[in-house]
Amino acid sequence: MSAPTLYKTLFELPKEEYFAPGHGLCAGCLAGTIARMLVKVAGLNTIVVTPTGCLEVSTASFPYTAWRVPWIHVAFENAAAVASGIEAAIKSLQRKGVIDPNKRINVVAIGGDGGTVDIGFQALSGMLERGHKVMYVLYDNEAYMNTGIQRSGATPFKAWTTTTPIGKMLKGKVQPKKPIGEIVAAHKVPYVATANPAYIIDMVNKFRKGLAVDGPAFIHVVQPCTTGWRFDPRYGIKIAKLATETAMWVNWELEDNEVFRITVPVPKRKHVKHYIRAQGRFNHLTDDDIAEIQKFVDKEVERLNKIVGREVIGPVVE
Amino acid sequence: MSSLWLRIPLTSNYAAAYAAKDVDIDVVAAYPITPQTPVVEKIAEFVANGELNAEMIHVESEHSALSACIGASATGARVFTATSAQGLELMHEMLYIASGMRLPIVMAIAARALSAPLSIWCDYSDLLATRDTSWITVVASTAQEVYDSVIQMYRVAEDPNVLLPAMVAYDGFIMSHTYEPVYVAKDRTAILEYAPKNYNRYRLNPDNPITMGAIADPNWYYEFKYQQMLAMRNAYEVLKKADEEFGKMFGRQYGFIETYKLEDADTALLTYGGLYGTVQDAVDLLRGKGIKVGAVKLRLFRPFPQSELLEAVKNLKHLIVLDRAISFGAPLEGPVAMEIITALKLKSIDLNLLNYIVGIGQRTVTEYDIVGIFEHASKLIEKGARLTESFYWGVRE
Amino acid sequence: MSSEKKLPGWRSIPSAGMVLKPGNFAERPTGDWRIFKPIINQDKCLRCLICWAICPEPAINIVDKPYRTATGKEWKFTLEVNYNYCKGCGLCVEECPVKAINFVEEVK
Repeated sequence: MSAPTLYKTLFELPKEEYFAPGHGLCAGCLAGTIARMLVKVAGLNTIVVTPTGCLEVSTASFPYTAWRVPWIHVAFENAAAVASGIEAAIKSLQRKGVIDPNKRINVVAIGGDGGTVDIGFQALSGMLERGHKVMYVLYDNEAYMNTGIQRSGATPFKAWTTTTPIGKMLKGKVQPKKPIGEIVAAHKVPYVATANPAYIIDMVNKFRKGLAVDGPAFIHVVQPCTTGWRFDPRYGIKIAKLATETAMWVNWELEDNEVFRITVPVPKRKHVKHYIRAQGRFNHLTDDDIAEIQKFVDKEVERLNKIVGREVIGPVVE
Repeated sequence: MSSLWLRIPLTSNYAAAYAAKDVDIDVVAAYPITPQTPVVEKIAEFVANGELNAEMIHVESEHSALSACIGASATGARVFTATSAQGLELMHEMLYIASGMRLPIVMAIAARALSAPLSIWCDYSDLLATRDTSWITVVASTAQEVYDSVIQMYRVAEDPNVLLPAMVAYDGFIMSHTYEPVYVAKDRTAILEYAPKNYNRYRLNPDNPITMGAIADPNWYYEFKYQQMLAMRNAYEVLKKADEEFGKMFGRQYGFIETYKLEDADTALLTYGGLYGTVQDAVDLLRGKGIKVGAVKLRLFRPFPQSELLEAVKNLKHLIVLDRAISFGAPLEGPVAMEIITALKLKSIDLNLLNYIVGIGQRTVTEYDIVGIFEHASKLIEKGARLTESFYWGVRE
Repeated sequence: MSSEKKLPGWRSIPSAGMVLKPGNFAERPTGDWRIFKPIINQDKCLRCLICWAICPEPAINIVDKPYRTATGKEWKFTLEVNYNYCKGCGLCVEECPVKAINFVEEVK
């Protein structure tokens, strides 16, 4: 695959908008930013599949649509299967000359954690195994936000959701976050990455890389949710940045199942409390809880630094 | 005409696969399930040796099979899939979505009993559970009919006044795995002339970016369903013309209803699928004894062919409907009998209808069973008894 | 209720819930969601494009309007908030590296 053009500054980003304003996403919803940037760098020759979720219901509500590229929603759990069908149809129709065989048409699925990590997991795994040339972008707001903030497999440890409420016996989610990035990587697909809308250039370059590989690509993007994580919408990017600065969200990429990079190094790390205390969904956490989480993050940082072979994520200084 | 065809022994499963090949499908996404598996295997063979230029997606479940078909069909491709029982149930949600999105997907069903308890054997519980899904539904009785009907369904489904998905069902095992002589096309030119591909419909295309599958709130949803209802009604005429045209071009025509020795009959036995052949044998046996009885085959199930059916049975006094599925808790537990009795009532036709449930889970039904049913029914008719409930033929007490 | 326009019937809408006009949400302004309004101080603005990049709508446009700041700096283009769509989330206000965007309560 030819190397894609990567951006160095925001000025190089295409100016065309393939995502129209007027949609119904919450004020400050970073899923809007992610989807907008995705179609901006993917371009008009892109077919987008979205499973049921925040992005879908807010951007395609008859008789309106925010999408200026061909777009389809089918159901909650099958975005990857639908994308597989679209990719196969394009292949077949190009072979038969019905679609111009020289035209490069991207097939992209963009779905939330509900439709990707839980109910959509099977279809995702099947698509990855079959090797379809589809880029799957996961906008992870860490709960079933569209239906009112219920927990998903991607909800982090101890987080409040309406189905993991704070009570006398149980306080928040009991299980840790499902490591979907690693699970996808275990499928040995050509490109897997995590990204963060607070690091726009890193994120869009990963979209570009994902679109260029000859096979499935998976980009896992953290999406702080003002409504579900409980913070004032203006702090969306700040919180996203803190996620990376505390190493609770590491921006990495894995190319061809061989080359692993941490693409946003964090030489001076912040204590997780900065990230956690900024969000209402963690209000009930005690200092001990936070210390426990810090230990968990420290271990993970050590593991990742070992894989890379040097200290890309540094010690906690703040 | 004969130069168009090759006569080869095929099972109904293979007949479905050959039809899919001959209409030049672009994409197939299917998951194997007994007794449909050979359909998928045969198509894989066609693709592997280049006889069929299609993308075959080896999906990881039936839900994904129909999902992938929806994606492919939405992109403009001609698609095919097949399934049975549990697979049909697993994709149940997607059946409504395929028809709601008005995609001309064609699917073969090797009819199989629904779990629980688990059964791989034939009955029509799986097909009849899809009654309300807005799929055009044809039930075939021979492998030739399977081949011909799959081809017809592509023409009908892709018609711009229809744009609804279609299923062609046949008996699991009894038909899916038994060989019959079938005429298949020598090359697909004539077939594609009969069922040309319609790439002109709305599809996912960067040259004309549309949004498919938007959410429709209470202000809008109803109108979409109304359009869909009208499309199903339109399908009726389109199906008729497609069948007539098939007859003109290829010499085989099926209609929506088939009748056998009905001319002077007072009573007839009605059924669907492969059981029709057995019923015809039973009719011959009874006629041999001098009894004036005939047989009726229901071929089209959705849209339900009221006028053809009522025309066929107009001179009868009694109609014995043999159902191959149970609609638990319904006023009449034989699903097809319930539809027929509604059709009769709508036209105020006072035909005495009796309903027998047979062949559940592929419980063997021979022509002697049918004769037994007829005799049982005749005793009731003599006593002047009218239908009050379905009879379960052959269940062990 | 009686002043509402009658919605189109089944004959005049496409089938299957399709929307045939790309991006027509742009016909439906969301500016009335706002309580606070971001106002870009064009003299302070560095034209770094961060606000443009992160806006989820998008409601910040890069316009071909040259601008001369109070101190004499010449810019070839300008960032402008499209108040038809701005929902007043404040992301741009928070992320502007030189605090060139004021967040002002809108009095209606």
